[in-house]
Amino acid sequence: MPQMIIANRLRDGAVVFLAPNDNWDMAIAAGALIDTEADAARLMAVAKQHELNCQVIDPQLIEIEVKDGKPRPTAIREAIRAFGPTIRTDLTEV
Amino acid sequence: MYRYDEFDARFVNERVAQFRRQVKRRLAGELTEDQFRPLRLMNGLYLQLHAYMLRINVPYGTLASKQMRKFAYLARNYDRNFGHFTTRQNLQFNWIKLEQVPDILQHLADVEVTGIQSSGNCVRNITADQYAGRAKDELADPRVYCELLRQYSFLHPEFSYLPRKFKIAVTGSPNDRAAVAVHDIGLRMHKNEQGQIGFEVLVGGGLGRTPYIAHTIRKWLAPEDLLAYVESILRVYNMQGRRDNIHKARIKIIVNQMGIEKYRELVDKDFEFTKNGALKVPEDEVARINAYFAPPQYEKLEDQTQALAKIRSGDRVFDRWMRGNVIEHKVPGYAIVNLSLKAPGKTPGDITADKMDAVADLADQYSFGEIRVTHRQNLVLVDVKQSELYELWHKLVELGLATPNLGLLTDIICCPGLDFCALANARSIPIAQDISRAFTDLDELQKIGQFTINISGCMNACGHHHVGHIGILGVDKRGEEFFQLTLGGSSDQHASLGDRLGPGLPQAEVPAAIRKIVDTYFVVRQQQERFLDTYRRVGIEPFKAAVYGEESQAA
Repeated sequence: MPQMIIANRLRDGAVVFLAPNDNWDMAIAAGALIDTEADAARLMAVAKQHELNCQVIDPQLIEIEVKDGKPRPTAIREAIRAFGPTIRTDLTEV
Repeated sequence: MYRYDEFDARFVNERVAQFRRQVKRRLAGELTEDQFRPLRLMNGLYLQLHAYMLRINVPYGTLASKQMRKFAYLARNYDRNFGHFTTRQNLQFNWIKLEQVPDILQHLADVEVTGIQSSGNCVRNITADQYAGRAKDELADPRVYCELLRQYSFLHPEFSYLPRKFKIAVTGSPNDRAAVAVHDIGLRMHKNEQGQIGFEVLVGGGLGRTPYIAHTIRKWLAPEDLLAYVESILRVYNMQGRRDNIHKARIKIIVNQMGIEKYRELVDKDFEFTKNGALKVPEDEVARINAYFAPPQYEKLEDQTQALAKIRSGDRVFDRWMRGNVIEHKVPGYAIVNLSLKAPGKTPGDITADKMDAVADLADQYSFGEIRVTHRQNLVLVDVKQSELYELWHKLVELGLATPNLGLLTDIICCPGLDFCALANARSIPIAQDISRAFTDLDELQKIGQFTINISGCMNACGHHHVGHIGILGVDKRGEEFFQLTLGGSSDQHASLGDRLGPGLPQAEVPAAIRKIVDTYFVVRQQQERFLDTYRRVGIEPFKAAVYGEESQAA
């Protein structure tokens, strides 16, 4: 199952995903899908560096399923982080 | 309303400036998250699922209209147009940006509000009966003692690093609306045999993963000894409480492990030293603080029972609201008005910025500019002229704040759950919404009568599920949300913890399970018996059979 790196951005707490260009993006669709352990290790090293640089807090690898070309975290908790509270669709950031 | 003295005002402003520097250092990389976390938590700033969350204290649930307007301003300019009132009478903003927090705290300091000690292992916001100073059944206004305790415990150096957080609640009424029996310390004002007002002191209550009803540690305590005695309780806890295991660190664990007799002995031993020292509460200080809680300038009025009866007989909807949400005031001609934040399908405790402003305006117009927050996540206007109730009601209806469900099945307590909270295992708000949509018939709600449903999204129990007549606890079972029901809990003067009904249910089955419990209650209740009393009389079996079927009884 593919993975992705999720974190909170330090300055505003926003949920962000590590993109293929090593930038952080608020849209999960922009996140880099990780298929190999080597990629996971390489990108986590980038994420950890960004944590040290005070860009993000607590980067984590999460499992992703891709349905109709759209990535979605498999865990409810991470899906809620990615798409916002399930109770108010108007609260979703992107 | 209590006003900050010079010391409070200066300190709170200095703290804002200090935190501004700390945020700057964090953003510049001079502080790591591990270094910064305790500093932000000391100011009530958490990191939740979507953003930072700021918890703001509403001491003993009393707010001035200008403070509510400030909340509206902050919701509009720094958050997403709404805030959430919690079971500790506090307000939480869910979408806060770290870089803006110093400005937010300055705005709050300008109206004498802070987030200091709304987190951390210290004495948290001290809660009280929401009708304090106004209720007809009250012995004395507990807020003067809440304020004394607040000043005493604010940044107390000895008690800033307790083994765990510490919660105190105070009631001045024999009818406990402050849930004192499920607090670390509960204080219940009552008279001794000589007719003097003092405190019954309870200790070691609490919810969370190991719930306990508090023990009475002292039957009557003179008000002048309050600080000394509370200090002795805190000191014994600070010395004896466990710091090796976060799940066993609350005072309830140590009290129940060593037994209340032993705990009392240790406290009394310490109290020998504290009671005649500097902590003796000076009468002039009580009088000074009390002056801030003096009743407003009421007009000399008579009760409007007949005039209101006439309106009520012609307006059934108003009549229903009067019966449900309006409480007797101790002053003739006035009434206490509860504003429901539990309209069908809404999130319990949530209120928009526009409604906050509207409530502040109504408080100014009808209730001497004061608003109360209840631990059941509603708001109250405590000083409304009975002659203005009908007019006020019309305005509340327009605002969607007149749902006549106070104390009824849809007056649900609900924590933010997994939709917001980093600790949660399951979503609680959708359950509350589903239940409130399943029970919209007001006639039926009144027929069901007094009925509390409390929902928590994890065993930390911010939604007080153990003490709901029905408690609902969200759990995670291999990545799926399930909900465990408990029955028979109560947080009033006859507090009890709920009994587990059976295995967890999926979300979709919860409203139907509640329906089955209600139907069973209708069958087995005697006359006008409350659900809780019926439950206490007949026990869990009929309800278990209704929800899980007869075969569950054999299992």
